[in-house]
This record gives sequence, structure tokens and C-alpha cells, in this order.
Amino acid sequence: MKSVKILSTTAILGYGFPMASFEAGMKLKPDCIAVDAGSTDPGPYYLGAGVSFTDYYAVKRDLGIMIQAGIEHHVPVLVGTAGGSGAKPHLDWTIQIVKEIAQENNLHFKMAIIEADIDKEILYKAFDEGKIKPLHPAPECTKDDIKDSTYIVGQMGVEPFIEALKLDVDVIIAGRAYDPTVFAALPILRGFDPGLALHCGKILECAAIASTPGSGSDCMFGTIYVDSFVLETLNPIRKCTTLSVSAHTLYEKTNPYILPGPGGTIDLHNTSFTQLNENQVEVKGSVYIPSNPYTIKLEAAKCVGYRTVSIAGVRDSNFIHEIDTIIEGVEQRVKDNFKNLKDYHLNFKIYGKNGVMGDLEPIKEIHSHELCIVIDAVAQTQEVANTICSFARSTMLHYGYEGRIATAGNLAFPYSPSDFKVGPVYNFSLYHLIEVSDPVNMFKRTIVEL
Amino acid sequence: MKHKLIDIAKVIRSKNSGPFEITFDIIFKDRETFEIMCKHKFINAKLISDLYHISESDVINIIEFIPAQAIKATIVRPMCSGDIRETDVYGAQQHAPLLDLEFDY
Repeated sequence: MKSVKILSTTAILGYGFPMASFEAGMKLKPDCIAVDAGSTDPGPYYLGAGVSFTDYYAVKRDLGIMIQAGIEHHVPVLVGTAGGSGAKPHLDWTIQIVKEIAQENNLHFKMAIIEADIDKEILYKAFDEGKIKPLHPAPECTKDDIKDSTYIVGQMGVEPFIEALKLDVDVIIAGRAYDPTVFAALPILRGFDPGLALHCGKILECAAIASTPGSGSDCMFGTIYVDSFVLETLNPIRKCTTLSVSAHTLYEKTNPYILPGPGGTIDLHNTSFTQLNENQVEVKGSVYIPSNPYTIKLEAAKCVGYRTVSIAGVRDSNFIHEIDTIIEGVEQRVKDNFKNLKDYHLNFKIYGKNGVMGDLEPIKEIHSHELCIVIDAVAQTQEVANTICSFARSTMLHYGYEGRIATAGNLAFPYSPSDFKVGPVYNFSLYHLIEVSDPVNMFKRTIVEL
Repeated sequence: MKHKLIDIAKVIRSKNSGPFEITFDIIFKDRETFEIMCKHKFINAKLISDLYHISESDVINIIEFIPAQAIKATIVRPMCSGDIRETDVYGAQQHAPLLDLEFDY
């Protein structure tokens, strides 16, 4: 076999793709259809709470099209980081969708399910042996971080996918996986260069984002050859250019020349990007350098409290002028009134001042004619968060500040009720590397016949 | 002659690089401008640390990426993404101060 062809449907499963692009991709006879279904971008909540940030029906739409085409054309369908974060509840959520697709379309196929959850006992042992290290600039972790985490996943490499493909499965649904793996597994299994396969996967995982004009909801096609890979779009309005493809290599990376992943890094120092024609870019020279020991990235989140927020606007120039002293005064009143409540965070986000950049905001003097204030309370229980937010809100509404002329109320509330109970708040608790001896069997695999 | 960054760059963006870093990408409109920017080392750790009022040691690296005619800077996030005091979970709106930069060449 001289090449492996891969159809990447969309940047994240559930973000959608035009049917015409998908059909154009299928006409090129791909050897597999693959998609990355997750990201840590939306923050720690989704992993911590076991909830997907993508929508059930949107995922079902995308996956339904992919699985039907995969079965019809006898090519495997691979999904990585199922349910957005790739822990057990996210995987179960996606499997439920697959089962519905099979049932509703009377489809019968063999599916591999690969779990990414790592047992806490394994982690305590690895911690004691010094085999868990922070990924700079993350802080060192503690045993409590492991204990308090709701779900802990490891980013699997290509190996668990390769083993599943050897079992001749039609569909692979995997938990947390290094983004390029679903695209790189088949070419690596067939003997193609892992550096090229993984680099190609690194670009395909964001699908048409690497084209111009870029899109997070359109397909992209990759072909891996012995010493190169070629990328092309499937929608005539988008083109792959050397700039669009190489610029994507920068995206969300600390150093685009060195891309670390499970068990090794992709080295791009000698990579070349060549425009073959209007819509095809050829990439050569990317090299995979295995690491010893084999490490994978752990991700986890833990609940740190409960949140209540209140949103209000301000238009009075006297109030805007005094905003810093007013906030200080309100914080003081809350503290005085609830001396017995200590373990809470009260935070005011001031849009029109530094609401977007916080401490990084270089502009200190503001000229805004109006401000938006988000009163944000986080406490150990929802009740305490409600109390702190409510009291801060009512105090600010009637706060008597220097130069006050409007004595009826300081805040404009767009909503009634004015306070929103957000529920549990999570923080990332693990973002660390763990040394592993068996990168296949640490991820539990189940084969299901549907 | 003074050149505004927004006139010589075609992409100026910020984004998380993992939950503990924010990375800035500046992709230049043409190769010649990119080479001038690299030659003068206009985008450097001191510039980024001054712009964001952070210490130079919190500027993790500055990388010139030739294939994309781009210069990248990566900084330590002021807090982990999604922290209680978070203002920008994706880190996608932290590039704004770069828009006002000017370079004399």
C-alpha cells in the first residue's frame, strides 16, 4: 500500500460539517473517518462534573453520518476524547448516542470502547515512586489533589487505537486521547512514518481550521505517503495554503518546532511545506522522537465550591468615578456582617475597566460612560454563596459613596431574579506527566457487537 | 519610519496553550517584514513583560517560526484556566495590548 487516506470531518464532534464536503471526502475513498471530540479549552467544569460541552443532538447528527458511511464503505470510524473530556461519563454519553444511531438505522457493527480513566490506587503508587511530575508551569501535585479529583484521565497515545484496529472493529470510541491519535493510528499500523502520521493528525484534528478561510465546522482530507503527507480541503470556498497549514502548527502551542505527546515528540525543525496546486499542501521532514520513559499526560478536576453571580449595569458618572472605593466598601460591609463566614471568595468583575484582562490589563485609567459589574461569590456551599452574593448586591445597590446624587439605587439590573445560582465550581487539579510501562493495557478496552 | 503592528501583521491572536500558559501569535503579511522583525528582535521578552506588567521570567519563550512567517510569545497564565478569579477561560482576548504596538525601522 502506497498511501493511507484520512477524512477528518470537523474540528470537534458536534461542531458540524456541510454534507457536500463529507460526500466529496467519501468520493476520495478514505481508509478511515476520524474526529477529535474534545478539548480542555472550555475549562475544568466539564471534566470535573462529567458533562459534555458539546450538544447531544449535534453529536448524534455528526456521528450518525460518519458511522453510516463507515459501515457502507467498510472503513473504520475513530472518535477520540469522547464527550468533550473523555472520562467515563463522557464515554457513556457518547456510547448511548452510538447505540441510538445503530438502533434507529438498523446498523450492525463491532465497536471498541477504550477508557481513559486512571485508577487512583495506581496514581498513589506512582506518586510515592516519584513518577508523577508537573508539566511546567503547573505546580507540583499532592496526594490530596489525586484524592479530591472527581475524574482522572490519561491522554492515550496511538497504541490502544492500533490494538483495537487489529481486532477489525468498525467503530472505535475512546476516552481522553492525544488529539492526533485517531488520525495517526491507521497509517502507523500500516507501517507509515509516525512523525508524518502524527504531524498530519495534529493538523487534521482541527479539520478545516487549517485552511483559508478557516472553519471549525468543515471537513479536511489528509493523505500519508512514505516520505510526505498532503492536505486538502473538500469545500471549494476553502483552500489549503502553505501559510494556512503552517500557521495552524502555531496554534495553541508553546513551541511549534517541538510538539510533545504521549511517548515522544514531533520535531518540526526540518519540516517543509510546499504548495502542490491551488488546494493541496505537501508536508515533509517531520520526525518522531520517542521519549524514555514513556510518559502520558494526566488531567483531572476537583470541586472547589459553589457559585452565585449577580449581573448589574452602572451609568452614573459619579459612581463610575468612585468604583474602586465602592467595591472596597462593599467588601468590608460583607466581611463585617458575616464575621462567622470565612471560607468564601467575593470577586467583582468590572467590564468597561478590566473585566476581560484582570491583572494583565495595561490601561489603568478608564473613560467608560457605563460599566457592567458581575458580582461573583464562591463558597463551600450553595447557600453561603447565595448569602454572600445577595448581601454584596443589596449593599452595592444602596451604598452611600462620596459625591452620590442619585439616592434611589446605584445598580441597573437587567434581570429579575437578579442572582443566578451557578452550582459547583471546579479547578484543574492535575495536569501532570506520569511514567507508564504499558501504554496499551493501562487503558481498558471492551469490544461490543451491536 | 514607524509601523503599526496592526498594519504589518495579518493575524494577532492569543489562546491558551494548556491551562497554565497563554500564547500569542503574530503572523506577518509578508516575508520581508517578518525578517526585519526577527533581525531587530522587536518582539522580545522585555517588550511582553512591560506590556502585560509581568516579570520577564514569566515570559516562557519567544519563537520565530519561519514556515508561517510568525513570531510567538508564550507567558505563564496569571492563574490556571477556570480558576475562581478567571476572566478569560480560553485566553482568546488577551492579545489586545499587542494591537497598539508600533515599531520604528
